Amino acid sequence: MIEGAKWKRWVFFYIPLAVFIFSLLFPFYWMIITTVRPDAELYRPWNAPNYTPFWTTRPTWEHVDYLLSETLFSTWMLNTMLIALASTAISLFCGLLAGYALSRLKFPFAGSLGTGIFVTYLVPQTLLFIPLADIIRNFHLGDTPWALILTYPTFLIPFCTWLMMGYFKAIPKELEECARIDGASRFKAMIYIIFPIAVPGILSAGIFAFTLSWNEFIYALVFLSSPEQKTVPVGVTSELIRGDVFFWGPLMAGALLGSIPVAMVYSFFVEHYVAGLTGSVKG
Amino acid sequence: MAIAYASTPRRVGAPHRGPITSLLEDERWLAMALLLPTVVLLGLFIAYPFFEGVYLSITNTKVGVPGAFVGFANFDKIWNDGIFRVAVWNTVLYTFVTTVFKLALGLWLALLLNRHFKGKAFVRAFILLPFIIPTVLSTFAWKWMFDPTFSVINWVLFKLGVITGRINWLGDPELAMISVIIVNVWRGVPFYAISLLAGLQTISPELHEAAAIDGAPPWKRFWYVTWPLLLPVTMVVVLFSVIQTFADFQLVYVLTGGGPANATHLFATYAYQIGVGTGLLSEGAAISLAMFPVLFLVVIIQLLYIRRVETH
Repeated sequence: MIEGAKWKRWVFFYIPLAVFIFSLLFPFYWMIITTVRPDAELYRPWNAPNYTPFWTTRPTWEHVDYLLSETLFSTWMLNTMLIALASTAISLFCGLLAGYALSRLKFPFAGSLGTGIFVTYLVPQTLLFIPLADIIRNFHLGDTPWALILTYPTFLIPFCTWLMMGYFKAIPKELEECARIDGASRFKAMIYIIFPIAVPGILSAGIFAFTLSWNEFIYALVFLSSPEQKTVPVGVTSELIRGDVFFWGPLMAGALLGSIPVAMVYSFFVEHYVAGLTGSVKG
Repeated sequence: MAIAYASTPRRVGAPHRGPITSLLEDERWLAMALLLPTVVLLGLFIAYPFFEGVYLSITNTKVGVPGAFVGFANFDKIWNDGIFRVAVWNTVLYTFVTTVFKLALGLWLALLLNRHFKGKAFVRAFILLPFIIPTVLSTFAWKWMFDPTFSVINWVLFKLGVITGRINWLGDPELAMISVIIVNVWRGVPFYAISLLAGLQTISPELHEAAAIDGAPPWKRFWYVTWPLLLPVTMVVVLFSVIQTFADFQLVYVLTGGGPANATHLFATYAYQIGVGTGLLSEGAAISLAMFPVLFLVVIIQLLYIRRVETH
């Protein structure tokens, strides 16, 4: 509970919290207001007398229209969606099986394999993007969605495995043993008894993996080159800027619309997302 | 596999199993089968590129030109490269300063959120937005806010009487570094706050009550009760974040592109400029690999720390 006098509550709680919320959310407000602001107002210097930063009297859809009709934005959205869903599915499949093996089966080198997977979790994409680009070229995957669908799982699988291991460890061994006494094979017991119990974990891992794939930038930037193959973050960065000219209206519209799928998934599954996030660092 | 089993006629008491199913009854074979997809994918796209990277870094490969062995020439070259040295210094500074701020502010926010108040779930959900929204997209919003001619930040500072002229946030080398640090802290604080909040929630309130009854003032309760119990979570969060920050790319790429005059390059952005921008694959790979010793050290610390926590 909050203790003490009323002014103390304001100074130590309400005001700091309000400042945090304001500063964390203001850039998103700025994104929204820029999206609907007409160009005439947008390019008015900050020291002009009629500069009104926080509202606009003539909201417009012109930037959104431009983005959807004059650029490949909707293609990028589809690409990103496809790549994020496919790489999430692959990662969940691999992570689920690997997590089960590492947490519930006894076999030689289990410990070192677990450590190995954990270590790949900590390998940042920026360490490997140059040799990986070379490999992608040699495999003739360059400039196709497969370049990303197959490489995104490298940073998603370790996380999914790690999270699923935590879930599996919490399920009592007796459950499986009962099923096996009733005649189920080890494999069937895993599929029909253990996996259904782990559904909340699968959901957390899936949502977290989806947002991470949507967010990925450097692989998409390096492995894809033609405009119609790009993902939202790369398309917005490379196609809405011509030389030194930034089209701020469409750019902010793109940033806003490109964030909506992730924000939607997140808002529906906040608790699962937070469980995934905190599970990912608890170890 | 499961289908093969289901289609075989079943005798009561002793289930008949196909050869694959019976093989998978052995824990070792099952484990191998289950781990196969993961090992193949990680081997192909993590282990193989790593060795390929090491190989590239000791040759003089360019895009489209197969290279010859040159030993440590690339590392020698980048070591004597003034921009590389700036990038190393920037990366260390960037990682250190942002980590300190993210930890301090994240902990503060976590402590605020750990109280009971109306709309707490709502606030917690909204606060994570900077971390959820694709970094590149939110960084563009910041770039727009930092725009020298149209900056809303300048307008606010001017109206408050803090400044008299315009501030060129991304055009001045030192200010550009500060701007990049601000955006990184902005993006990272929610992650710290939510992770630390999860850690705080595992601490029993009775411990605090006991300390309060014994007359410990709030800061003592924090220092002697909360902090020691929060330390394991904090360690893991900080180590994760250090790795991510040390290897960061997107923020600098969007905000400054390494400029002005190469003043804000990090390892990753400089590797990109050399390896992809100018096509000097070997040199780019060498710059990326130069991150490895530090990352390796952090990973070792993390592994040792986790092992220690597990054995206690």
